[in-house]
Amino acid sequence: MSLAKRIIPCLDCENGRVVKGVKFVDIRDAGDPVEVSKRYCDQGADEITFLDITASHEDRQTTIDTVSAIASQVFIPLTVGGGIRTLQDIRNMLNAGADKVAINTSAVKNPDFVRDAAEKFGSQCIVVAIDAKQVSEEGEPPRWEIFTHGGRNPTSLDAVEWAKLMVTNGAGEILLTSMDRDGTKNGFDLALNSAISAAVSVPVIASGGVGNLQHLVDGIKEGQADAVLAASIFHFGEYSIPEAKEFMAQQGIEVRI
Amino acid sequence: MNRVAVIDYGMGNLHSVAKAVEHVGDNLHLSVTSDEKIIMDADRVIFPGVGAMRDCMGEIKRLGIDDILRRFTETKPVLGVCVGMQALLEHSEENNGVDCIGLFAGNVMKFDEGLTDESGNVLKVPHMGWNKVKQTRSHPLWRDIPDQSRFYFVHSYFALPGKEEDVYGMSTYPNSFAAALAKTNIFAVQFHPEKSQTLGLQLYKNFLDWDGGF
Repeated sequence: MSLAKRIIPCLDCENGRVVKGVKFVDIRDAGDPVEVSKRYCDQGADEITFLDITASHEDRQTTIDTVSAIASQVFIPLTVGGGIRTLQDIRNMLNAGADKVAINTSAVKNPDFVRDAAEKFGSQCIVVAIDAKQVSEEGEPPRWEIFTHGGRNPTSLDAVEWAKLMVTNGAGEILLTSMDRDGTKNGFDLALNSAISAAVSVPVIASGGVGNLQHLVDGIKEGQADAVLAASIFHFGEYSIPEAKEFMAQQGIEVRI
Repeated sequence: MNRVAVIDYGMGNLHSVAKAVEHVGDNLHLSVTSDEKIIMDADRVIFPGVGAMRDCMGEIKRLGIDDILRRFTETKPVLGVCVGMQALLEHSEENNGVDCIGLFAGNVMKFDEGLTDESGNVLKVPHMGWNKVKQTRSHPLWRDIPDQSRFYFVHSYFALPGKEEDVYGMSTYPNSFAAALAKTNIFAVQFHPEKSQTLGLQLYKNFLDWDGGF
């Protein structure tokens, strides 16, 4: 086996600036997504995910310009998510230099949007982002449902069934975030991740809850993830990408070094 | 002046290829085009592609790209990338079977789903991520790229070449498949050099210097 497990730093951006703070000691402007992306790329990140949390639709051009600037300098895969609502949105992002787009709320509103997008642009560039929360009680078999709007809005969709439907509709990859774990630093929801990974044929990216390097290892070994996404542990300089990769390699995980 | 044409047949993302080539090229004149005259006047051609083979070949034939490539490769170098490589073989089993350009002998097959690695883990399809490429033969395009380097792949179909001597790079998932094919004036890769960081850029740089020979 020689396909490496991927480490993907995630940048949350608003109006063309990285938010949630990035603290690299020797970076000139830690709010500039181009500089931050370039730094992660130089460190050996396997991909970059760029999440646009800009509230207003009018500022989409800023996002497109930012994606274009990143893509001119960063020669690893770039996924762009946030506010992808139409086929034109996807085309704009791909034309700006994104390799994949992540679709979340728009897929819940209209599952056929994913089918249309995959038919038009190919499954390889369609990532479906799933935000899931456990809804089963203690002692019951675990069950998770899909939530939108940052975990506020329930949809009553079963997460495993939803993931399967999205892959049937043409998703080439699943970006799976546990809303229970996101921001906790308690590690991925491993049961959720392995349940989804076993249910679908496409790669699954584990997201939400990373607080240390062992969590990355657990996500791959126990959560059956093909890639692990993290933001704060890298942004705040707690761990660098090479440290993460070295630790994973020591635990017997194949990584690109 | 190094005139490079990136062939645009309306399928997929040519911008990242163009950006990567611009990043490494000196004294470059880059066109992203389907215009026969511009292509035939170029010094070298990059033939990328993503998406479904039936749609790709439909556009390639409609625009006459297949014929242009046959003539171009008689004298000047072409680099095929991803579906661009697959389209250079004879036939793909994608979309219930599609006849392709046929500059390389062999066919394009789908990865079987449910295959496992040596630890029993199920391998996902598409084959997505950074995999090692074994350089099975030396070639000017491998210059300054260490053997067994990792490149970024994303594909569900792979080339099964008809002639062993055309194979210049192999990867495994879990079985061996052709990651690079070559013959006079053609080099073709299944992976995406434009997404493979420094070593991918090196491969484009090598292509810009290549005269088409071995």
